Amino acid sequence: MSLSLRSAVRLNLILLLIPVFLWLLLLIILPHIDMLLVSTQVKVRPRVYEFSFANYGEFFSEPLYWRTFARTAIMSIAATLLTLVIAFPVAYYIAKMLRGRMKSFLFLLCLVPFWVSELVRTFGWMILLRESGVFSNLFQWIGFADGPVEMLYNDATIMVGLIYTSMLFMVVPLVTILDSLDDSLVEAGYDLGGNAFTVLRTIIIPHAMPGIVSGCIVVFMLTLGNYLTPVLLGGKDSLWFTAQIYTQFITRFNWELGAAFGFLLLFLSSMIVWMGLKLSRQTLTETMG
Amino acid sequence: MFIKKGKLLTGIMLGTGLILTTLQTNAETLRLLTWGGYAPEKVVEMFKAETGIKVEVTNSNNEEMISKLRATGGAGFDLAQPSQDRIAGAQSEYEIYKPIDLSKVDASKFITSMLEGTKKNTTVDGKVYGVPHVWGTSALTVNTKVAPDVKDYLDLCNPKYAGKVSYRMKRPTLIAFAFAMGLDPFAAYGDTTSYKMIMDKVEAKLIECKPNVKAYWSGGDALINLIRSDEVVAAMAWDGSGWKVNAEKPEVKTIAPTSGALGWIDTFALPKKTKAENAAYQWINFVMRPEIAAMITEAAGNFTAAKDGDKFVEESKRMRFQETFPAAAIDNIKWYPPVPAGLEDMEGKVLDRVQAAK
Repeated sequence: MSLSLRSAVRLNLILLLIPVFLWLLLLIILPHIDMLLVSTQVKVRPRVYEFSFANYGEFFSEPLYWRTFARTAIMSIAATLLTLVIAFPVAYYIAKMLRGRMKSFLFLLCLVPFWVSELVRTFGWMILLRESGVFSNLFQWIGFADGPVEMLYNDATIMVGLIYTSMLFMVVPLVTILDSLDDSLVEAGYDLGGNAFTVLRTIIIPHAMPGIVSGCIVVFMLTLGNYLTPVLLGGKDSLWFTAQIYTQFITRFNWELGAAFGFLLLFLSSMIVWMGLKLSRQTLTETMG
Repeated sequence: MFIKKGKLLTGIMLGTGLILTTLQTNAETLRLLTWGGYAPEKVVEMFKAETGIKVEVTNSNNEEMISKLRATGGAGFDLAQPSQDRIAGAQSEYEIYKPIDLSKVDASKFITSMLEGTKKNTTVDGKVYGVPHVWGTSALTVNTKVAPDVKDYLDLCNPKYAGKVSYRMKRPTLIAFAFAMGLDPFAAYGDTTSYKMIMDKVEAKLIECKPNVKAYWSGGDALINLIRSDEVVAAMAWDGSGWKVNAEKPEVKTIAPTSGALGWIDTFALPKKTKAENAAYQWINFVMRPEIAAMITEAAGNFTAAKDGDKFVEESKRMRFQETFPAAAIDNIKWYPPVPAGLEDMEGKVLDRVQAAK
């Protein structure tokens, strides 16, 4: 009896795990193995390919490619930190200062931009910031500017777009973790003579660290892998590594190099996250669990 | 009782669903991989009314067409419309097309010189892979009020128009600038070293010219927006875009550059694993009828290879064409010869470096 019950439980477990397992195997693991194989092929002549790691060598020998990656990584880190700086007060306000309906209302406001697609949001920014756009006309009307102002097609615009897109993913983990902070700890900090800064530094931030780190990881990965925002808002100087991968695959027909770039992106971004965890002395299980 | 009713309902729903799906699979469909405007809704409807074949249109561009067909080994679409110069290279490299059975295409509907030219350029191992459909050029679109002295591609680099010009980061730009600099890239197609020398010069020029560019355009609509809002006053663009803006903004004109406009012909080509070959031939013969061809010209902005197709086109469209292309300018059009496999790798690097330059 107990034997058949145990096997029934096991069968249930297997049945429940099958979708996840199939998902991982068919949509993630198999394509990656195929990509890995493609990335180690090099075209010698039309239709003739050879095994080689030359595609990976190309990334390091051609300054354009690793510079593009470095630029993408640095801008993503900057966007992540800026998002954190902007989102932290917002999250603190929502979690600690508000109660009841107001709290859920503000939380909802953070969510509203995500009801439209990323493409539409980006086009919205383009309408606002272009030379013949809303802000340019407003500035001329107020008298800030004599002629049309172009605010599109530069790195600052990319940053604005990226931060706007990632706000929610920073606010949510921060609100959750700050919610769990006992108010009496903050009060005790003040009672013991701490000022706002010491309370923040010694009580709030240490408590919020897992939330900060998980928010940062999500935002960093999202910005690094973003394609639309840098391409549309960045204009002629926008160099984003994902755009480079797209170019290799689609316009250059160079799947081999594109696949190698894909793996390098995966590997290098994982390294950056790992370094971030080491620096903040957090572990992945702590931040994600 | 309720359960029974529920079961009955689901049964009915399932049944109708089945009938609907079988009906859908019975009706023949033609999956067309084409450019924006080449298969206007009205033409698709007329085709369905006449033949009962449903046309599924996917808009794309040359590179995406090749990439999509390469990914599936030539499956997923029944008829594609790549440019004539991009067929032979892609075919010899990835084997994604099927030869055209010329006996099924009504040759009398085509302008003979264009049909013969396309057949010649799309021949691989003695087999023809493409017949012509829509043709046009890459030329200059200029706001003649603001930038009256832009006559050739190199004038786009005039510091007077800094931040007010646009072109694409694609191979036609490289070819156009090479011609404007007095070089002949087409003559060097067969010789990699001299082609490399030409491309190096073009690269230097494009990097020098970069501060002038407002943004590299990628889609026809994006460019039309830039010109309509006066954010861009001169651009290298498809002739059709300029004509479209001209209709509402007469000072914007399509100008044939002095070094020659670059002529392209978009074709019909059969993907290797096409599932509706007959429908494809029916579609080709249908859209090449002069009155249908004229409807496509209205939608796409460019003329077709259909004999007498231009006779049914609105007078204003023909006027615009003649203004841009007097007889001498037509003779000066540089038609793309087929791109030999391998050249595009080199061009890709040039484009990357220009994009990365400060």
